[in-house]
Amino acid sequence: MMDPRESRGRRLGVTYAAPMGLWLTLFFLVPLLIIVMYSFLKKGLYGGVEWEFTLSAYQQMFNPNFMRVLLRTLWVAFISTVITIFLALPCGYAMARSKHQTLWLGMVIIPFWTNSLIRVYAWIAILSSEGFLNEALKAIGLIKESLPLIYNQGAVVTVLIYMYIPFAILPLFTTIDKFDFGLLEAARDLGATKPQAILKVLIPNIRSGIITAVIFTFIPIFGAYAVPLLVGGKDSYMIGNIIVDQVTKTRNWPLASAFSLIITLLSTLGVVWMMTASARESARSKTAPQVVDANGGVV
Amino acid sequence: MTTSTKPPQREEQHKAVKLFPSRLVTAPKGVQGPYKTPRNHVFRDHRKFGFSNIMLVLVVLFLFTPLFVVVGYSFNATKGMRWAGLSLVWYEKLLFGSAELWRAFGNSLLIAISSSMVATFLGSMAAVGIKWYKFKARTYIQITSFLPMVLPEVIIGISMLIFFTAVKIPLGMFSIFVAHTTFNLPFVFLLVSARLEEFDFSIIEAARDLGATERQTLLKVIIPSIMPGVTSGFLMAVTMSLEDFVITFFVSGPGSTTLPLYVYSMIRYGVSPVINALSFVLILGIMLMALSFRRFLKTIAASS
Repeated sequence: MMDPRESRGRRLGVTYAAPMGLWLTLFFLVPLLIIVMYSFLKKGLYGGVEWEFTLSAYQQMFNPNFMRVLLRTLWVAFISTVITIFLALPCGYAMARSKHQTLWLGMVIIPFWTNSLIRVYAWIAILSSEGFLNEALKAIGLIKESLPLIYNQGAVVTVLIYMYIPFAILPLFTTIDKFDFGLLEAARDLGATKPQAILKVLIPNIRSGIITAVIFTFIPIFGAYAVPLLVGGKDSYMIGNIIVDQVTKTRNWPLASAFSLIITLLSTLGVVWMMTASARESARSKTAPQVVDANGGVV
Repeated sequence: MTTSTKPPQREEQHKAVKLFPSRLVTAPKGVQGPYKTPRNHVFRDHRKFGFSNIMLVLVVLFLFTPLFVVVGYSFNATKGMRWAGLSLVWYEKLLFGSAELWRAFGNSLLIAISSSMVATFLGSMAAVGIKWYKFKARTYIQITSFLPMVLPEVIIGISMLIFFTAVKIPLGMFSIFVAHTTFNLPFVFLLVSARLEEFDFSIIEAARDLGATERQTLLKVIIPSIMPGVTSGFLMAVTMSLEDFVITFFVSGPGSTTLPLYVYSMIRYGVSPVINALSFVLILGIMLMALSFRRFLKTIAASS
């Protein structure tokens, strides 16, 4: 059935959406396609590429050095994400329950909006050998020599958690805020203990928020560049640093492209997983029977 | 415009009812009824000093401690981390001895405002187009607008650097503007879309029934009601643009240093306590912004 209104609507919709679609195609998708192409080309002498098909970039990737960095990056991203989510879950819960939601949101958003380099710099000021923490510990007589708090893996993980915890708290807060706490009450009335109620009622209901939080912490941490560069040592190089070095120092653009492509594919897979998971969830909640009270509201 | 925004299917109207569940089911004050638990209803296990509240306070302290340290040292009379008395010397230096820093700040502002304006305009239009109309390329646009948000910044930065080099666009203010608009677009699009999700179509019909022209409906009904989404989108875009280091790092050229790039060079090549003073000024600015836009904070939280 073709309503004239509908065809006009189609045209209007395209007119409205086309500028953004074109912009993203040109400045996001085309650059990605160029990366795909470059990863199969030969390295140019001073950066750039030569137009010759080769798989050498992919062969170079299987260098044990790179593999070590890749594994380390996965490990750092994993451990930081796990800690971040465990810290962020109770925060999101407490914020959603709070009477002062806007205040707490401000408390999370203000550090989050503060320039990220300023925040990294603040951690350098805290952790460095003559930094705040070491000086404070010396002042109260706990230590005599400065502790090596910075330029190691621990510093990288701490600062990464610090940088990305707001990314986890905000989506968790948003989903928990929509959760009907009466369900927890009901579970308790039906004999569940508090941990049972949280694990079996709250957590399954806020799954989409948890997935969003995981994606938005894991992926950026996986691609972290500035943090390991500024607070990490030789042993904390991450895949982001390797890619940047390939572009700016070694000038091996095909290799940088190949790495970028792998990360892009991994991230996209993560996103697809997230989208299908949340789609499944909404499909499930739609088929679930709804209880309607006398006033027509959904209970 | 209005004729086509009118929902042809009944399903849409149904949706509008479902979109405001809280409005429908929250009891008016003093009324007893089988309603959804009111938001601030005290759940019997929720204690003031319960685990989650303590965690929240600890995490907020964790978030603020570095800021406090930096702000504290900004009033220190000497360069080191040892306290040597109160002084405003670094503020003086920041105000009068940092021409380059202020130039970088000017660049940052220029790029933040221009890229956010373009992103807000294009993103809001696309959100309206995609939410209210059906056409073939919708899925394509939804996917391309989602991916930039989840890809690591390094990847976006490098792909743009390679792109600009390949098509011979010189690196500088223009390339930074393009890059910032690109990473801002998806966020504006998402925020405005979320706002449209709550849009009640019946108000358009009501306006038309009451005799408003299409133009009046657009200007006095539609635009004001999606404005909170547009404003939060713009706000988000400005903050992200001012904040961005990684992508800018790749696409900047000579003479286009932004504030984060300048701070980076200060950190790498000799830290000056001027950074501390600058941090305090920036934190104050952000607090002011969060305070004046506090009613948008929830919308912004929902998008990130």
